[in-house]
Amino acid sequence: MAIETLVLGAGQEVGKSCVVVNINGKRIMFDCGMHMGYNDHRQFPDFSLISPSRNFNDALSCIIITHFHLDHVGALAYFTEVCGYSGPVYMTYPTKALAPLMLEDYRKVMVNRRGEEEQFTSDHIAECMKKVIAVDLKQTVQVDEDLEIRAYYAGHVIGAAMFYVKVGDAEMVYTGDYNMTPDRHLGAAQIDRLRLDLLITESTYATTIRDSKYAREREFLKAIHKCVSGGGKVLIPTFALGRAQELCILLEDYWERMNLKVPIYFSAGLTIQANMYYKMLIGWTSQKIKDTYSTHNAFDFKNVHKFERSMLDAPGPCVLFATPGMISGGFSLEVFKHWAPSENNLVTLPGYCLAGTVGHKLISGKSTNIDIDPDTQIDVRCQIHQLAFSPHTDSKGIMDLVKFLSPKHVILVHGEKPKMDSLKERIHSELEIPCYNPANNETVNIPSTNYVNAEASGTFIRNCLNPNFKFQKCNSVDTRDSTLIDRNLTPELQVEDERVADGVLVMESNKKAKIVHRDEVLLMLDEKKQEA
Amino acid sequence: MKFTCLSKGRGFHFPPCHMLNCCGIRILLDCPLDLSALMAFSPVPTSLDAFSFEESNNNEKRQKIEDLLEAKSLIFAEPWYKTVNSLHLWNASLIDVILISSPMGIMGLPFLTRRKGFSAKIYVTLASARLGQLMMEDLVSMHAEFRQFYGLKESNFPPWLRQEELEILPSVLKEILAGKDGVELGAWMPMYSAADVKDCMLKINTLNYAQEVCYNGTLVIKAFSSGVEIGSCNWILNGPKGDIAYLSNSCFFSAHAMAFDYRSLRGTCALIYSDFSSLSDTQDIEDGDNYTDPTSDKLLPPSSFQDSDGFNLNSDEDLEEKEKLVFICSCAIECVKDGGSVLIPINRLGTILQLLEEMTTLLEASATEVPVYIISSVAEELLVWLNIIPEWLCKQRQERLFSGEFLFAHVKLLKEKKIHVVPDIHSHGFLKNWREPCIVFCPHWSLRMGPVVHLLRRWCGDPKSLLILEDMENLELALLPFKPVAMKVLQCLFPSGIGLQKVQPLLKTLQPKTVLFPEDLRLKTNFSCEKSFSVSYYTEAETLKVSRQKDSSEIKIAADLASQFYWKTFKKEGINVNRLKGKLLMENGRHHLFLDNDKKTSSGNSSLLRCGLLDSNKFLAKLSKMGINASMERGTDDAGSTNVRIVHTEKPYKALIEIGNTSTAITTVDANVASILYKAIDNILDEV
Repeated sequence: MAIETLVLGAGQEVGKSCVVVNINGKRIMFDCGMHMGYNDHRQFPDFSLISPSRNFNDALSCIIITHFHLDHVGALAYFTEVCGYSGPVYMTYPTKALAPLMLEDYRKVMVNRRGEEEQFTSDHIAECMKKVIAVDLKQTVQVDEDLEIRAYYAGHVIGAAMFYVKVGDAEMVYTGDYNMTPDRHLGAAQIDRLRLDLLITESTYATTIRDSKYAREREFLKAIHKCVSGGGKVLIPTFALGRAQELCILLEDYWERMNLKVPIYFSAGLTIQANMYYKMLIGWTSQKIKDTYSTHNAFDFKNVHKFERSMLDAPGPCVLFATPGMISGGFSLEVFKHWAPSENNLVTLPGYCLAGTVGHKLISGKSTNIDIDPDTQIDVRCQIHQLAFSPHTDSKGIMDLVKFLSPKHVILVHGEKPKMDSLKERIHSELEIPCYNPANNETVNIPSTNYVNAEASGTFIRNCLNPNFKFQKCNSVDTRDSTLIDRNLTPELQVEDERVADGVLVMESNKKAKIVHRDEVLLMLDEKKQEA
Repeated sequence: MKFTCLSKGRGFHFPPCHMLNCCGIRILLDCPLDLSALMAFSPVPTSLDAFSFEESNNNEKRQKIEDLLEAKSLIFAEPWYKTVNSLHLWNASLIDVILISSPMGIMGLPFLTRRKGFSAKIYVTLASARLGQLMMEDLVSMHAEFRQFYGLKESNFPPWLRQEELEILPSVLKEILAGKDGVELGAWMPMYSAADVKDCMLKINTLNYAQEVCYNGTLVIKAFSSGVEIGSCNWILNGPKGDIAYLSNSCFFSAHAMAFDYRSLRGTCALIYSDFSSLSDTQDIEDGDNYTDPTSDKLLPPSSFQDSDGFNLNSDEDLEEKEKLVFICSCAIECVKDGGSVLIPINRLGTILQLLEEMTTLLEASATEVPVYIISSVAEELLVWLNIIPEWLCKQRQERLFSGEFLFAHVKLLKEKKIHVVPDIHSHGFLKNWREPCIVFCPHWSLRMGPVVHLLRRWCGDPKSLLILEDMENLELALLPFKPVAMKVLQCLFPSGIGLQKVQPLLKTLQPKTVLFPEDLRLKTNFSCEKSFSVSYYTEAETLKVSRQKDSSEIKIAADLASQFYWKTFKKEGINVNRLKGKLLMENGRHHLFLDNDKKTSSGNSSLLRCGLLDSNKFLAKLSKMGINASMERGTDDAGSTNVRIVHTEKPYKALIEIGNTSTAITTVDANVASILYKAIDNILDEV
């Protein structure tokens, strides 16, 4: 028996996560993401490798989506509606609620703003979501007679989950993206101690060890506070879900504490709709936020108002969340055009922006002039703040998880090759666990656990439970070599309870193997005992 | 497996309670309270009643003249609460596991958890725990009104429990207090405190549906939705010797809670059927005093039950339920249009939520502007909580999440001020906004405590007002303190279990090997021609032993260990035998055998087992090969058995070897000789 892992995406890269695992004859696709950096065929995983005949329903038992980010769910609608997969798709309740929003948002950006040919339509998204079965955390789902899956809290974004899969005696976990330290609105990843053959883990920060997130958050808040107290305007370009809510909770909290009255705005695309989902899904956030739901739902933002276009050039300080993130176009670009020329204003950007976006130009170069299009050039004088916190685990977190689970094999995905190589080496040398980091479209084969099934007689089991105490007196002679401390630790009388039973495995032709107690053997063999 | 039914309960608010002993683990199934027993008490007296209260207390030489039930005969004292009587026969500290199947099943738990030596693991679904906690907190806060009125009593034993006091009570009340056989007096407990509830909640382990938890490595416990209430569940217990399903009250149709997940209960070794809801099916529903309710007769429809998996396809019931709700709402609206008020002391969450949505829609449609109040100390928290639990709700509600709507309409209604939520009747905001006529939802269904008492006193004389009640066993008694009642009364029966017609098809679908079925329902069902499973019947307070399991259990042997096996074959029988050396582990209800690298055990005793008869000819040949001269004679041993052979050896060693059927004895003076001979015998015998 073996587990065969085919990496279709996120192999030695970040983007289009997609791993197909064949485990005891069941084939499961973990994540079905798109690559945001490409516009050609490299955008989607190469699905033809799963089944050359493109008969995906026979080739796959199920699809599991870990969370709603586009690099994990982006290709799902394409795969189900265009490629024709119609089997079950599993994701958590929040992911099922939020993934269509992400897909729709992305589709709009692609079609309306970039003028590209659409790969899937709104109807495709709706149809696709009908195939999705929502699961709760720790709920053991029996996909079919042999295949069992279970979600564990991953903490990366709301609804993010690690998935445990069991087929026969073979067991594995696919982590998706996860965070081992709790953050302002989400808890830390949590998993049971399992007996795993394989762990497939992300490795975005394979070599980084991050300091406290709170320090980075303080930096962010300080920058904003400074800007608004100087009468400036703050632009926070984000996508509709996840980061927007996280930062907003941060700001709300700060606004309350500092008693600030400066308005916080959400642009029309973002909004109140997304917050509504968050309000209902508050059970999936951190304990602290969960505990306060009855008095005040943390996603009921008191200081947040809707932004009107007419306010663009209104005087006075404000904070504005605008879509899309990375200032890749649309409303956030429009605002940017208005606000960038003033040195009083501030733009905050995430640590990672795609090449080609305005955001990327802002964080990579020091140039003060940015060409938006051939006719427009902006003189950028505003301040730029780069967000330095990320909801991914750092290398210590990865090592902790691998150590905790102690799987027989580890496969690294979702990271950069040089960093992965060094983490692979660490796992190999420090934890003595074989580790692999396959590139895209490569396959890794590992053996899987297999148990021999037998029956055990009641007498044997009962005998195993018989206490078998051994009392050992430790006199001073035994301990004379040891140090004083040791002697204090060793009690005079040691009691051992090692329970031993004599078991005999009997295999009769045409019968199931059976373990019996030695006294029963004779009965089975119909023979008399011989003592000598 | 040993199963004892401690109580068959009494409907929705008082679920059954059982004790199960399986794999040596003692499991208590549910710990409810019989809140209908509250009806033996008088509600907190008004100043007017206070007179009769004084009188009844002073007049010590009351005598039972006739069995007349009047408001005065109720007990005027701080109520105690009736727990499951037989539960007190068990030592609480010996219970290993408590499984709570519904929010109602948790109500009596603080009585157990506060006992000394209590150490059981309690498993409850997350939603049941939350709902149960709110219900208990509400009960404690409603009870506080009694405390305030009667004051703290020094004496621990209430006078009304004394035998002489019982004798003068009307028989109805006496039966409530002492039970039919007069044995239930021990079931009464004084109210627990808010601290007890808090302490109890800290001892609880919460679960999600279908989450596996393992007790002590032996028993894997899983909860599956039963559809009766949010968080309510049935259980699967999976031990090394097979699995048991516990089927509590279950509902095929639910408009709020997640649907009955019967598929997950399929194919178990034993199934405990504990849905007593059909017991009341044949009881006639008494109609309200002044009101005839056309829908309150048999509400369980003749089941149009199709195929084995078509339980949910039957939408008749669904439709009928909906019609019933619409009927109730239209009665209520008629009433308010007429200038009367409507009082709804219903405590079933599902019904309240549906009525609330239906009522407000109809009010809007009929352009009637009357306020709707919800009065309860926990209502606000409850309503907020209901909107953050999509995982526990039925499909239709979940769809609302996915389309970005609120799970229940009340969020919007609250915002639009169409409904008003207040913690109690004395709260400032409530009195300021109070308008009549109005529609009020409030606890408690027993009509003995909570806001309902005060409102009922206000409206009971008004023939224009309407009281909507759940199905009551004794309506007469329920309304006793409020007599004379001029107000209209509408009594409704809401289904809370598997209908009788569905029992058999359901069990056929579930395909258990054995079914434990209530004796009380025996006559209503017919399993005589049932061949796919066997049925044993259980009665209250009797232990039923079920030898459901085979003596052997499954064991998994690690492949690396199995590859090291050295097989010994017995040619005659075609049996392969191998002696085991490994570590036995119990994990998730399964035995595992792993490779053991610990030297201590492997070098341990090597007392081998030998079998087969010692072939004396082979033995002699062997001896001569070793250069030992030996002669054999047949003889008799002390017991006179003839089959003993005696071998004498002379040279080079002198020894006497007695060969019997089951033993061989070597007698010699030299220990070395003995060991040489021993080896020779050892070589010949089959060993294991």
